[in-house]
Amino acid sequence: MKNIIKYLTIIFLIFVPKSFAAENNAKFLETDWTFKGLFGKFDRASLQRGYQVYTEVCASCHSMKYLSYRNLAEKGGPEFSEAQAKAIAANFEVTDGPDSTGEMFTRPAKLSDKFVMPYANDEEAKSANGGAYPPDMSVLVKARKGGADYVYSLLLGYEDPPSGIKLDDGVYYNKYMYGNKIKMPAPLSDDLVEYSDGTKATQEQMAKDVVNFLMWSAEPHLETRHKTGFRVISYLIILTVLVYFTMKKIWSRVESKV
Amino acid sequence: MSDHEYTPNSKFGKWFNDRLPLLSLVNHLTDYPTPKNLNYWWTFGGILTFCLITQIVTGLVLAMHYIAHIDHAFSSVEHIMRDVNYGWLIRYVHANGASMFFLAVYIHIFRALFYGSYKAPREIIWIIGIIIYLLMMAAAFMGYVLPWGQMSFWGATVITNLFSAIPLVGESITTWLWGGYSVDNPTLTRFFTLHYLIPFLILGLVVLHIWALHVPGNNNPVGIDIKKPSKDTVPFHPYIVIKDAFALLMFCILFAMFVFYSPNVLGHADNYIEANPLVTPAHIVPEWYLLPFYAILRSVPDKLMGVIAMLSAILILAALPWLDTSKIRSAVFRPLYKQFYWILVADVLILGYVGAMPAEGLYLLIARIGTIYYFAHFLIILPVLGLKEKTIPLPLSITEPVLGGSPNFAAARDKTEKIS
Repeated sequence: MKNIIKYLTIIFLIFVPKSFAAENNAKFLETDWTFKGLFGKFDRASLQRGYQVYTEVCASCHSMKYLSYRNLAEKGGPEFSEAQAKAIAANFEVTDGPDSTGEMFTRPAKLSDKFVMPYANDEEAKSANGGAYPPDMSVLVKARKGGADYVYSLLLGYEDPPSGIKLDDGVYYNKYMYGNKIKMPAPLSDDLVEYSDGTKATQEQMAKDVVNFLMWSAEPHLETRHKTGFRVISYLIILTVLVYFTMKKIWSRVESKV
Repeated sequence: MSDHEYTPNSKFGKWFNDRLPLLSLVNHLTDYPTPKNLNYWWTFGGILTFCLITQIVTGLVLAMHYIAHIDHAFSSVEHIMRDVNYGWLIRYVHANGASMFFLAVYIHIFRALFYGSYKAPREIIWIIGIIIYLLMMAAAFMGYVLPWGQMSFWGATVITNLFSAIPLVGESITTWLWGGYSVDNPTLTRFFTLHYLIPFLILGLVVLHIWALHVPGNNNPVGIDIKKPSKDTVPFHPYIVIKDAFALLMFCILFAMFVFYSPNVLGHADNYIEANPLVTPAHIVPEWYLLPFYAILRSVPDKLMGVIAMLSAILILAALPWLDTSKIRSAVFRPLYKQFYWILVADVLILGYVGAMPAEGLYLLIARIGTIYYFAHFLIILPVLGLKEKTIPLPLSITEPVLGGSPNFAAARDKTEKIS
């Protein structure tokens, strides 16, 4: 009896996560992310290309308000040189002030500035996008079930709607979107951007690069986390083994098993 | 408090100890006679103390950087994750630490249920434990609200709205809890204050919990009273200290795997979207450790009755020492209880599972059956079982087969019966 319940419990625990996953109607597209796994790291070149896709394509609607231009030159990220990051920042205008006469003024952005937002406020963002608010992308990957795989699939999941589904103007069909209806038109098409490193800008390549970039922006310390994690766990395992033998030795004094 | 007279060796030690018997206390804690057959399920008390201290220390650091204001809470958390030195580590330890805390407390509670640790003379230890558990749930719930994500906001809205089910004064109480007419800035600031306060209340109760434990001493897998100190006991230090340390380290490995390799797997993705009172998430679900009670709440069609059922599900545990009529503590010697114990474990897991699912159709039916069984276990099965059950004879001591002792001596010594 006890064993039967035990096995039922084990089977139950195995199937619970599966049934959670089964809630998604379409299986996500798969690609090999370099940031996964015990030693997962970002592909530097892909992050740099991903930034290019973000800034040339996504940034016209989507803000990234928690990132600063200095982050682009920081370790563990795209690792642009400081000069490159400064040059990138200088392309943007920010309002600063008041100056000594009390006037606000605009100046080129500096490394310490946050990413300049495409719209002044949420209302402007909504009215410019047919009532749909383009979400901030700083932590977007973490804010969606399925994470990087989901965002990658979504970017490539645009299709003609199956017969019988009628879409309003400004609404598009996406295999992976919740409810399949999305107000963002397919953002990527082949050769939409021109990569300076000679990589061919296919849809898949751009989607992968930009999702890499978004993963980094959501988890800027991912590489340190993986590196520290490996050290911490190694240390704990060694210590556990040592403590285990110490315990055996101490308990050998009493005739009782541990 | 000490089991035997203790005199410090040094003159200063003696002088000090006569005025404040701190050295006597340390002596009591190190010499404390502990049953030598405690298995690893008994290491979770130490693990829980570790969890509490971890939460307090990481929480203190987080509070230095966190801003309890609806306009800044979400961005201050992002500031911690991005710009504070090792802020990501401290926050992930704190967030996953809550889950680890509950994992440990559930094992601790179910260990007590299996071995009858709540029975006389340990009722007060048990009741203090239930109060600690209630406070933990309050602290965890309010902590989850602080990042001010979508699940924070809507979770807070759902839970605080439960109070409106109270007849006559419900609405007023809810308004009072909110500090306004909806979950808003006053709600956030008071939740932050209480979230900071409760761990210290828990700490005080933990001291009482251990104090109350040290009066009768530990229960043990055989569940019989033992003489202390005797051949059945070992001093707490070094025997139990090293064993607790070993178990704690294994626990920390699991903890570290969550923190470093899947820090967000136990959370909900929606909580990385800033709270928006105008957009309701598709599914509002609490954290995993509250799911069985959430299932009980939703299984009752009437709101007020649902709230009462949910609260009773926890409070019924406090009456357990009197509901369980069996004089035998350990399930090892209660063949029938052992089976019902495992059914209860399965029932709670199933309730947790349906708690995460939409409350409709088959899920709702399962939740209802699970809820009824949960209460039946405590209100019907346990009282009747204690009177009817034919138990296995107890051994007279852990160590020695005393004349006329039980044939179960071997089982008791080898501790072949464990929860596994």
